[in-house]
Amino acid sequence: MELFWYILIALFMAIFFVLDGYDFGVGIIHLFFAKEERDKVVVAKAAGLFWDSNEVWLVAAGGMLFMAFPVLYASAFSGFYLPLIMVLWLIIFRAIGLEFRNLLPYKMWHSLWDVSFGVSSLLLALFFGIALGNIARGVNLGNVVDGVATQESIYFFLPLWTNDFSPFHSSPGVIDWFTIIIGLISVLTLAIHGAAWIIHKTNASINEKLKTVITRLNIALVILTFFSLFVWQLIVPNSLDNFFSTPLLMVFPLIYFAALFGLFAHKKMKDVHRFYLTSLVIIGGITSTLASMFPVIMPSTNDVCESLTIYNASAANEGLSVAFVWGIIGVVLAIIYFIAQKRFRSGKIDDMDYGH
Amino acid sequence: MEDMLFYDRLQFAFTITFHYIFPQLTMGLSLIIVYFKWKFLRNQIDKYNDAAKFLMKIFAINFTIGVVTGIPMEFQFGTNWAKFSELTGGIIGQTLAMEGLFSFFLESSFLVLFIFGEKLMSQKMHLFVAFLVFLGSWASGYLILATNAWMQHPVGYEILENGRYVLNNFGALFSNPWLLPAFLHNQFASLTTSAFVVASIGAFYILYGKYVDYGKMFLKTGVIFGLIASVILIFPTGDWNAKNVAKYQPAAFAAMEGIFETETAGSEIVLIGQPNMLEKKLDNKIAVPNVLSFLTYQDWNAEIAGMDKFKPDELPDNIPLLYYSYHIMAGLGTIFIGIMGLAAFFLYRKKLFTFKPLLWVIMFLVPFPYIANLLGWYVAELGRQPYLVYGLLRTADGISPTVSSGNTLFTLMGFMALYFLLGMLFLLLVGRVINHGPEDVQH
Repeated sequence: MELFWYILIALFMAIFFVLDGYDFGVGIIHLFFAKEERDKVVVAKAAGLFWDSNEVWLVAAGGMLFMAFPVLYASAFSGFYLPLIMVLWLIIFRAIGLEFRNLLPYKMWHSLWDVSFGVSSLLLALFFGIALGNIARGVNLGNVVDGVATQESIYFFLPLWTNDFSPFHSSPGVIDWFTIIIGLISVLTLAIHGAAWIIHKTNASINEKLKTVITRLNIALVILTFFSLFVWQLIVPNSLDNFFSTPLLMVFPLIYFAALFGLFAHKKMKDVHRFYLTSLVIIGGITSTLASMFPVIMPSTNDVCESLTIYNASAANEGLSVAFVWGIIGVVLAIIYFIAQKRFRSGKIDDMDYGH
Repeated sequence: MEDMLFYDRLQFAFTITFHYIFPQLTMGLSLIIVYFKWKFLRNQIDKYNDAAKFLMKIFAINFTIGVVTGIPMEFQFGTNWAKFSELTGGIIGQTLAMEGLFSFFLESSFLVLFIFGEKLMSQKMHLFVAFLVFLGSWASGYLILATNAWMQHPVGYEILENGRYVLNNFGALFSNPWLLPAFLHNQFASLTTSAFVVASIGAFYILYGKYVDYGKMFLKTGVIFGLIASVILIFPTGDWNAKNVAKYQPAAFAAMEGIFETETAGSEIVLIGQPNMLEKKLDNKIAVPNVLSFLTYQDWNAEIAGMDKFKPDELPDNIPLLYYSYHIMAGLGTIFIGIMGLAAFFLYRKKLFTFKPLLWVIMFLVPFPYIANLLGWYVAELGRQPYLVYGLLRTADGISPTVSSGNTLFTLMGFMALYFLLGMLFLLLVGRVINHGPEDVQH
């Protein structure tokens, strides 16, 4: 049962990062590349129309995480207190930037919310990457000082950073240079993804230029990926053991690298295929990280308190079994809603009349 | 430690108060939108369709702010109330996850379809989409109320040795005797807010002399919906809830009614008075003897336990605020029936649209149903104190053990600044929609 919920939540998170991920990416591209007024409107629209129906996947995943793994929910949310609240603020800024941009016809108003949308998208992409980096690196569960836990073993509290930003401490900060690298990987991935979405969905004048941008960003992404794998090995020496003990799991990194290198041939592809490929990069990246850690979901950096796994952080089995029934129904309904919207989502954005 | 509890509570109170300004309008408004859309299908007068689309614009702005202020509520269970989440997540996580998976998905998917998809579908389909938005928002309310009902009156659980709660009866979460009355009361309160908003927009258009035809339509619909909803609020739903409090949370009942001392020959109902916590009595009291006993137990002489019957650590920790919340809510509810009853009378006599003093009153009445709604929630939440899960888990034992008060104060100030900005934006944008009027919806 734990495994079912783990996979379902991971699936929802992956869908969220594919769907809302392009909104973040669009924001980043918007900030750096959309200069002409028409491009700005069209590019913002490429995200603006769908963000709230994309964000439901995060809300649903959050709810299911709470239900199935309350211990993880409690531990991670209180431990990452400040960065999480800041993510909330950024989500608010991004949303109002998108929703309210076109409600008033003044240029100053537009510039204000364009920047709000762009900057908050960039920071959110960075923060989500940093969060993933923290989970890959581990945290000081139990707030252990000199070999003694000062809190219950499932709780911790991370400072935003420590003096030397080093990931090699037993009690590191949220932001160290390893998590920053993962953050940058996230920014690059989502920027590429967003660019692919813009090319697919719009006739913006920057589309040709964006294709070159994708190739360049992808080179940086490849370099950073290999570098981060190397560093990760130094911080968590057994981080890739799962793949050797269960070779079947190799399928996830294979998806990731196949999509990543396949992307170098993107100029010859159909627009929609490019978007599918960048989606696979995201899905492959998230699933590979999770697969390498399995069944751990919150690693401990000390020897006193054991890591949280899907088995010791889950709710009791009775509840999970009941939820299994409504969970299946809910997922089927979610897919039906998604298909119901699909017809309306297809086509280029700037050709559509939304009666707005 | 005391500090941590204080700031955690203050932050939750502040963020939930601000958040609940928005869902209460969307829940009620979705029903009124379905009504207008249905009227349009029946009599094919375009104005009704314009009205539905116009109100959906206001709905959409509300929904956006409701979503972005709602996500922090879900997060705060983990960030500020980690111990509570750890212990009870196996139970309240059920209903909260269902809310995300069922209702929120439904509401947001079909809201987008309603606003942008009218040309892609038949009008009947468009009505159906509006109905699904309504269904999603009410299901959302139901599941949140189910969560809250469990905290007010826990059922279907078992407590493990490590203090964690395990669900042993899923059905009990929904047959909880607390749930249905609380849900109905809450939904009709939402409908009251929305009806008053619609009536107020109508009164504004008539007084301003702009979009007068629409104004009359809005005013009429708002008054009728408003009268029905505010009557149901007091009886049967309000009455039913009060009886539940008396039965399941007698200490809260004594505090909200302001009964300091038990009267064996039947309790009076307090209309006005200020709790004096130093001398344990009400100052400047106006009360009617024996009425409370009758209302609660249909017996003029029934004994109702006063606050003297409970240990101090079993009583709510902010008795004056609880008392005022309850009395102001009930007082406003009574006034609502009076004003809407009067408006309905003038409407029946066909004099409402020209009776300016009443139009002014209706126009400026808008903040009060919001206040009554929020105070109703204050009654529920303050009455539950000093517990998170009534009788089982104390509020002080539910906070995050590692989050210091300095951090919470910092984030609280951040939320205050951000929500102030959101509030101003909201007023600006809704004001603009109202100013543009319903005819503008074609573009």
